[in-house]
Amino acid sequence: MVFNAPTQHPSLTEDELRELYRLLVTVRHLDTSAIAWQRQGLIPGYAPEFGQEAAQVGSGYAVDPTLDFVFPTYREMGVARAMGVDMVEYMSTHKATWHGGLYNPAETHLAPIQAVVAGSVLHAVGWAHGQTLSGLPLEQRGVALTYFGDGASSQGDVHEAMNFAAVMKAPVVFFSQNNGWAISVPTESQVAGGSVAARAAGYGMESVRIDGNDVEAVVRATRQAIDHARAGHGPVVIEAMTYRRGPHSTSDDPGRYRTLEDERSDGGEDPVTRLRTRLLDAGIIDEAFIAESLEAAKAEEESIRNGVVALEPRPGNEMFDFVFQEPTQALKAQAAAWREESEHV
Amino acid sequence: MSEHTTASDLDAAQDNTVETDTQQQSRENVFPSETAKTTTMSMQAALNLALSETLEDNPKTVIFGEDVGKLGGVFRITDGLQTKFGADRVFDTPLAESGILGMSVGLAMAGFHPIPEVQFDGFAYPAINQIVCQIGRMNYRSRGTMPMPITLRVPSFGGIRAPEHHGESLEALFAHVPGLKVVSPSSPHEAYHLLKHSATRPDPVIFMEPKSRYWQKGEVDLKNAGSVEGSKVVRPGKHLTLVAWGAMVARCLQVAELAAEDGIEIEVLDLRWLKPIDAGGLAASVAKTRRAVVVHEAPRTSGLGAEVAALISEQCFGTLKAPVERITGFDVPYPSGDLEDEYIPNIDRILFGIQRVLEYRRG
Repeated sequence: MVFNAPTQHPSLTEDELRELYRLLVTVRHLDTSAIAWQRQGLIPGYAPEFGQEAAQVGSGYAVDPTLDFVFPTYREMGVARAMGVDMVEYMSTHKATWHGGLYNPAETHLAPIQAVVAGSVLHAVGWAHGQTLSGLPLEQRGVALTYFGDGASSQGDVHEAMNFAAVMKAPVVFFSQNNGWAISVPTESQVAGGSVAARAAGYGMESVRIDGNDVEAVVRATRQAIDHARAGHGPVVIEAMTYRRGPHSTSDDPGRYRTLEDERSDGGEDPVTRLRTRLLDAGIIDEAFIAESLEAAKAEEESIRNGVVALEPRPGNEMFDFVFQEPTQALKAQAAAWREESEHV
Repeated sequence: MSEHTTASDLDAAQDNTVETDTQQQSRENVFPSETAKTTTMSMQAALNLALSETLEDNPKTVIFGEDVGKLGGVFRITDGLQTKFGADRVFDTPLAESGILGMSVGLAMAGFHPIPEVQFDGFAYPAINQIVCQIGRMNYRSRGTMPMPITLRVPSFGGIRAPEHHGESLEALFAHVPGLKVVSPSSPHEAYHLLKHSATRPDPVIFMEPKSRYWQKGEVDLKNAGSVEGSKVVRPGKHLTLVAWGAMVARCLQVAELAAEDGIEIEVLDLRWLKPIDAGGLAASVAKTRRAVVVHEAPRTSGLGAEVAALISEQCFGTLKAPVERITGFDVPYPSGDLEDEYIPNIDRILFGIQRVLEYRRG
């Protein structure tokens, strides 16, 4: 059976397409600004997603955040924004205010941001199996959507997760953003066989490789995968082919492993201009809408920036407060000694 | 023996173990009458009963791991539980420890109380990333919104003549990780109550079962747990405190018995919780005896004995009559069965240690 997602799920409405365009512009603007914030010293570091907006916004947009649960790594800002997560709380992790972000993962259904890529792929399987065990009617069960890149796909946890999910028929969507690079190592030196989606066959799992720079294709494929998983048919692998146009992080120098010319030619068509051209040609948006979307994105970025500037370091006691639900005497004693000896209180 | 260890392999292994009962005997009294206040059972039966009652009490608890379902676990700790509670509550997983522990994290996020099993201590190594980076940190990372009420059962320590990786002493490694709690029972009574207690806590507990004691019988008071926190004096004495946990507690009790023949009254302190360590319990015992020897199977360097000795020094420096002595395994990989007796602290080595402490004179 061939999982042919993009052609099977209904086309998007004009309203949805306009909303997606707004989201793409918002995420692009915020992402570009976050790099500037780092250069200005407002935040110590950031992992840009420049070029991956369609893959992120499109998949995040397909999620039902009241039912489904998303397991990100550290480069899923666009997913978080599409899900409606508070962006100041999200950015707090890049301001080094708190690991995993200050947003509430239980409420937002976005698991904490994390750097051990592939670690959370297994969590998605466990959460998804919990849906199976819940005994709820199929339509009330959530689907776990887990993000990982071509680099993370080399980690053993991804293979264990795929095998577990397939054996247990867990409702998981493995959403792989193949952005061409694992820091400096290109996909051909990272992924044997060159394809993450191809691995699904070995686990007896449905998979699809999509144009990850086509936001409409991403939404439709993700919706179909989620429907498939929710209906109890088991996990699906989506490999969204995209391109990381900028550096891996604000500490990275991509000039050491690729030229600007490579970047331009390999990156293909920009996902944001691509949707703009398509919607303009179809008469779904006009220049006024484009200008208005950019203004809204600028205003949102300004407001988020102000929020990030205002983020104070968390009170030191929180370092001790969240280690356990039931803290040990030793930890309480260390916290008390810290309070006594610290000038912070 | 491989990861596909069979029951008969283990039977054979146990036959080589001097102190064990036969498996046949141990299978009696798995489900004792509910009216009985105390009953005699093996640690295997006590753990099995504790799991059964936990599954009954909390519909959110799930047990899973390699071979825990139909087989009932290679040590039979989950024997009969799948039949009783169904394959949704007690299920076999693919053979992948990182997968088992990573899945536990997701299940905990979904509101379950996972009780995963790692089949043998040495197979916890492939899951260290999930245990350390994920289980130990998720409550922290999520600011308390995603507790990890996971009880990881690890058949632990040596003494059953098992092949490589089937006998390890990992307590220091686990205890060093922020966000984890670690406990090891020494008797059927402790096994029953500490497991039931651990499985109802909102924080992750690494539950280290001394596999050489699985088939030993003892009295279990089902109704009265006694304290389930901190350490426990399992034999009072006044001349010296022997600190031990897990399988070493029984050996220390033997040592105390022998020493008593020479008029030396040794107090044996079962530490029970390896994190958090009961500093107060240690201080109370050593303040009385003024001498301490700590015994563990794990390698000496950076072992928990160092932590115990430091805690005693901090609290009892003025009253100590001798430095705290450590009788431990050596800084070598856990040796194969034929060399186990040379490695695991035996009665003679512990007695020599006690003698050194008793005869210590300040220079």
